[in-house]
Amino acid sequence: MSIATMREIEFRDAVREAMSEEMRRDMRVMLMGEEVAQYNGAYKVSRGMLDEFGPRRVIDTPISESGFAGMAIGAAMMGLRPIVEFMSWSFSLVAADPILNNAPKMLYMSGGQFGCPIVFRGNDGAGGQLGSTHSWSVEGLFSNVPGIKMVIPSNPYDAKGLMKTAIRDDDPVFFLESERLLSMRGEVPEEEYLIPFGQARIARAGTDCTIVAFGRMVNIALEVGIELEKEGISCEVLDMRTIRPLDAASIIRSVKRTGACVVVDQSWSFGSPGSEVAALVHRECFDDLDNYVHRVHSADVPAPYAHNLEQEYLPNARRIAEAVRSCLYRS
Amino acid sequence: MPTSASSNADGQVRPKSNRPEVPMATAKNWLREMMLIREFELRCMQAYQDKKIGGFCHVYIGQEAVAVGTIAATEARDPIVTAYRDHGHALARGMDPKHCMAEMYGRIGGCAKGKGGSMHMFDRDNNLFGGHGIVGAQIPLGVGLAFATKYEDEVINADKNGGKSNRVTLAFLGDGALNQGSVHEAMNLAGLFDLPVIIICENNGYSMGTSIVRGTTMGHQISLKSEAYGMEGVEIDGMDVIETYWAMKELVDKVRATSRPIFVDMRCYRFKGHSMSDPRKYRTREEEERYEQGDPIGVLKAHLELRGLTEDDHKEIQREVRATVKASMDWAENSPTPPSSDLYRDVYRERWGPYTGTSEPEMLGGAEIECKFNAIDTTIDRKADLL
Repeated sequence: MSIATMREIEFRDAVREAMSEEMRRDMRVMLMGEEVAQYNGAYKVSRGMLDEFGPRRVIDTPISESGFAGMAIGAAMMGLRPIVEFMSWSFSLVAADPILNNAPKMLYMSGGQFGCPIVFRGNDGAGGQLGSTHSWSVEGLFSNVPGIKMVIPSNPYDAKGLMKTAIRDDDPVFFLESERLLSMRGEVPEEEYLIPFGQARIARAGTDCTIVAFGRMVNIALEVGIELEKEGISCEVLDMRTIRPLDAASIIRSVKRTGACVVVDQSWSFGSPGSEVAALVHRECFDDLDNYVHRVHSADVPAPYAHNLEQEYLPNARRIAEAVRSCLYRS
Repeated sequence: MPTSASSNADGQVRPKSNRPEVPMATAKNWLREMMLIREFELRCMQAYQDKKIGGFCHVYIGQEAVAVGTIAATEARDPIVTAYRDHGHALARGMDPKHCMAEMYGRIGGCAKGKGGSMHMFDRDNNLFGGHGIVGAQIPLGVGLAFATKYEDEVINADKNGGKSNRVTLAFLGDGALNQGSVHEAMNLAGLFDLPVIIICENNGYSMGTSIVRGTTMGHQISLKSEAYGMEGVEIDGMDVIETYWAMKELVDKVRATSRPIFVDMRCYRFKGHSMSDPRKYRTREEEERYEQGDPIGVLKAHLELRGLTEDDHKEIQREVRATVKASMDWAENSPTPPSSDLYRDVYRERWGPYTGTSEPEMLGGAEIECKFNAIDTTIDRKADLL
């Protein structure tokens, strides 16, 4: 593998590069959302795109999520490939009907006649002291719905490659960015690349315990891996990259090797990707496990505002390390 | 504001009849289409009672002139989207009654292969984008269809056809949907972005069992609501297909030329209940009889009799539509039920091979696009790996 020209860019730049490259490649692709054009994006993800593509393809919408999400779905049924930015996934809840009742069901309900090639993207997850209404992790809530694909990148490189795949995908894709990660810098090649859905990445190789993690939690799990190495515990961290499709094979392969599994998922525990992974591992690796699958989630409460409470609310390094030790009978 | 119909004290709409004549053959065809829809719906009611049709079933009896008159004013390339009282629109748009009936029977021969049912009629060939079951949800979709046609015509094909928007979307809703937020959000977007869409409110006076004045402000003149969204509001008599056609033709031509949205208060009346289980206790028999005297099929028949339609002609049409609908029922009856393997079909575009549900190892990734930088060896056959 030769990578000629690596550069370091921010997560937000990686997302923008993916969108811009795909818009240059395909006229059917356009971006709409609140403040995406003249304001250059509430989080500057779409900075400069209005200048390049003009107001017909980079479209400021009013604060009207239900309306513009539905409008974009209608446009996708007609054959366009819209990218819809939710300033935050927390605001997508007022658009629940179009994004859950229309987009993922159109293909099925029409007997295969009308698909919905659309990307919904925006910030997901707590961590900015925004209080309960603005701190949603929608993974658990939305991954319950068949017909959607859900992407949750942990770094700039993956964000770009997965976004390009999302835009070319023929099904509705929910792309979960993290406001906490937007300024993260990482190596991204100049050359074009795509990352397929449903293929986890081994972010850290290890032999004692598999940590299955999603999105921003991968980075915290990696820190834990370094810390636990000092205690003689070798963690393998799997960056799942996508929740639907879920790369079951990579999880199973890793857990069969390590015999222990901890899942780190920032959504609530009840009916979540974490519980789905636990069910999968218990079924497929029953005879390989030395302990039950341990799960680390956000606390089962509304997200608090106070900084210390919010940090305790989220899966953090301490809780993840405790879970790994407990899983290995080392606590 | 051009008002092509006026209301009298009892709420009934009296058509103005200063429109040009339509050719006899065209008008006769409209009569046939309306009678076909009527017969189709009567047979649906029977089939529902016989438990051949499941779920919810909303029949269009009384409103036939709306679907036939509005759709006659469009071209085949103009997209249409509607709510759950959708059989009439599907038939008026040209869907074969066999496919419409088989959908209601839940058979593989249905327009959506038995996956949609009565409320979800889809027909790509005829540019019918559904049939939608959630009240009002289809209006943002309709505005999106108009967004897409305009984008295709003016952005993607900027160097063809003068780069001018040239399709018109019809998005239907009932008066019961008027108070859904999504409808107002969509009207705002349509006005804001100059989208070529006609939002047609089939105002039959009842939101299920709630009369319009009990649930809607300005219920006596809902077209005024459009003003707030910068769009023209028009009232049309939806009980007279000729009036409906001419009024809609003007609007369709105007939207095709200007790419500006229009809102229509289409005055009509649903002769039957909201759905099959509705005892209609919320209105009087006298009111129903008053409207039944203005039955749109009777109105057109009377008009055509003045132009020479004979009783034999009428009987011949009646015989033909009965045979057509009967044949559609026989066809639906004989159409197989969907195979159980279809349960997992059309959830995704299936780029990963057959989908069988989550947490099943079959839902794996990566078959199509080669991953250049993946840490995992993609050359391993993952399914074989699991055996």
